[in-house]
Amino acid sequence: MTAEERPWNLRESYLYDRTVIAEIQRAAREGIYDIRGFGAKRRLPHFDDLLFLGASVSRYPLEGYRERCDTDVTVGTRFAKKPLELKIPVTIAGMSFGALSAPAKEALGRGASEVGTSTTTGDGGMTAEEREHSKILVYQLLPSRYGMNPDDLRKADAVEIVVGQGAKPGGGGMLLGHKISDRVAEMRDLPKGIDQRSASRHPDWTGPDDLEIKIGELREITDWQKPILVKVGATRTYYDVQLAIKAGADAIVVDGMQGGTAATQDVFIEHVGIPTLPAVRLAVDALQELDMHRKVQLIVSGGIRTGADVAKALALGADAVSIGTAALIAMGDNSPELEEEYRKIASSAGFYDDWQAGRDPAGISTQEDELSARFDPVLGGRRIANYLRVLTLEAQTLARACGKSHVHNLEPEDLVALTVEAAAMARVPLAGTDWVPGANGAG
Amino acid sequence: MATRAVETTAVEVVDLAETPLRELNQRLHDLTAAPGPRLWRVLNPNGAHAIGAGVDAEVEVEIEGHVGYYCAGMNKLATVHVHGNAGPGLAENMMSGAVVVDGNASQSAGATGHGGVLVIHGDASARCGISMKGIDIVVRGSVGHMSGFMAQRGRLLVCGGTGEALGDSIYEARLYVRGEVAGLGADCVEKEVRDEHLAEIRELLEHAGIEDVQPAEFRRYGSERRLYNFHVDNAY
Repeated sequence: MTAEERPWNLRESYLYDRTVIAEIQRAAREGIYDIRGFGAKRRLPHFDDLLFLGASVSRYPLEGYRERCDTDVTVGTRFAKKPLELKIPVTIAGMSFGALSAPAKEALGRGASEVGTSTTTGDGGMTAEEREHSKILVYQLLPSRYGMNPDDLRKADAVEIVVGQGAKPGGGGMLLGHKISDRVAEMRDLPKGIDQRSASRHPDWTGPDDLEIKIGELREITDWQKPILVKVGATRTYYDVQLAIKAGADAIVVDGMQGGTAATQDVFIEHVGIPTLPAVRLAVDALQELDMHRKVQLIVSGGIRTGADVAKALALGADAVSIGTAALIAMGDNSPELEEEYRKIASSAGFYDDWQAGRDPAGISTQEDELSARFDPVLGGRRIANYLRVLTLEAQTLARACGKSHVHNLEPEDLVALTVEAAAMARVPLAGTDWVPGANGAG
Repeated sequence: MATRAVETTAVEVVDLAETPLRELNQRLHDLTAAPGPRLWRVLNPNGAHAIGAGVDAEVEVEIEGHVGYYCAGMNKLATVHVHGNAGPGLAENMMSGAVVVDGNASQSAGATGHGGVLVIHGDASARCGISMKGIDIVVRGSVGHMSGFMAQRGRLLVCGGTGEALGDSIYEARLYVRGEVAGLGADCVEKEVRDEHLAEIRELLEHAGIEDVQPAEFRRYGSERRLYNFHVDNAY
């Protein structure tokens, strides 16, 4: 009996809804936790819970299409001899070759390069295609060190030390056997076809004092040329950001719990970390307290989907944002055109999250040659570029409405919150009041 | 592979009491693109970090004293000899070449190394050979706990004993231990020593210049491969 046909005396439990029941039954059947891709699916306080006030009698707007509203951002101004010069404040987050197909990685590079921003490697090393098509490429140093080598380190434009990611702070990477192809296995020095578990801790440093020495080593190896970023999953964000600054980072990436993953336990995705919204504020607090705001750049990721999300993150103090899940969707993931094929693998367009399984009909989260070949990296790159342009235009539209000639001039005072939770987390007033829960007592 | 330094018997001496580390490393890095001295002698290292990190040239570097973290990190082609003790992350992620330490090494020696040979004539601390990816490591003394953790490829030969959890979650690296093993980690088991393994042990001992121990005295450890694919009955 379907939900539509049920008589109204059949009441679905809030506590045990159909997804809960299905998961209990699956767990009992399979004896292993659910592993999936995508990010947190639960409702969380987010940028949607904030609004811009726009111009008014006291604030003067800029003309929507004519007046200049700059979007450039420089990352790595603290120590690096060659900081990253980005034309837009939106970058592509780290996603591995292995998790993604080679043509999908190429498309990310093509799209990012077309609009003058950076893309990032992932847990699996740098591919030649990725380097070739990415004008600005950030090379991740992860606990696993798969594919890590000094040649690629020197070829990179920046280095990102990954301490954690928003989808699984405290968890290592995961790549299931059907995605460990010959090429992936070779790059990672692993046997083909195993269920690969990446380390969750770095192998050669422990704690903030070691991190400082590790950053020093990377600077020595790269002759102090390249920016060194530190990426953390949002948890104890205030302290993590302060410790990363103390350790000598040029820039800090904070990935909220909505951040995506190609393969992680569902229980991890949904139950560890804090949302992006409070994480931005905590990170900015840490930077401001050390007088490092705008000196050590802050890049925020985790659930950035629209230009409004971009503008709100910047208004709260971020220098740039990073996208992952949205970039995959822009390239064709979960496209309704593939509905028939999603049905064949027990999913549906708009719901597909089995990125770990390697059977992606869009040819993005797969290592199967036949599926990868379906994906056109030139078209994919074009879609990425289009999408990045729209994000930027939307952010500029909102910034101009607030009278800002640079998106970085957006500020918390331009925002109000729709919910008490968002007001408390973002520390902006609840709309229609001057009440900032936790910051002042006035109603 | 092309030789990237000029053959000469002249020794370039760098005294770190007078010369900044940055200058030493930059001069060593410059040898990748332009020829220069082949033999280097570093005085007064005084535990400095990242000495000789990122070298990519066929040079020989003699370091006269103790070194701090990440000595010879990501080394390619160079032979680095530490006449003293070494701090954490010795020769981390080494690609090729050789690193020799006369004394002891702190934790994570040879971590994630892809190639080359690391010889430690004293003891190595915890996590020796962690996530190793093809490097050969020879330790004349003993190693600490969690050595060979997630070791993927390459060989770790220990003439002494090991701490707890040897080879935890190991992949295809081969571990040879002569002394007592305090405990094996998840999915690590003792395996038969066959002729090809004896030959391998002999090769590693020769490489390290160790003559007073016999290949037959070693036992071999490796992966039981029960964790290679997720299965509830194999969970730890």
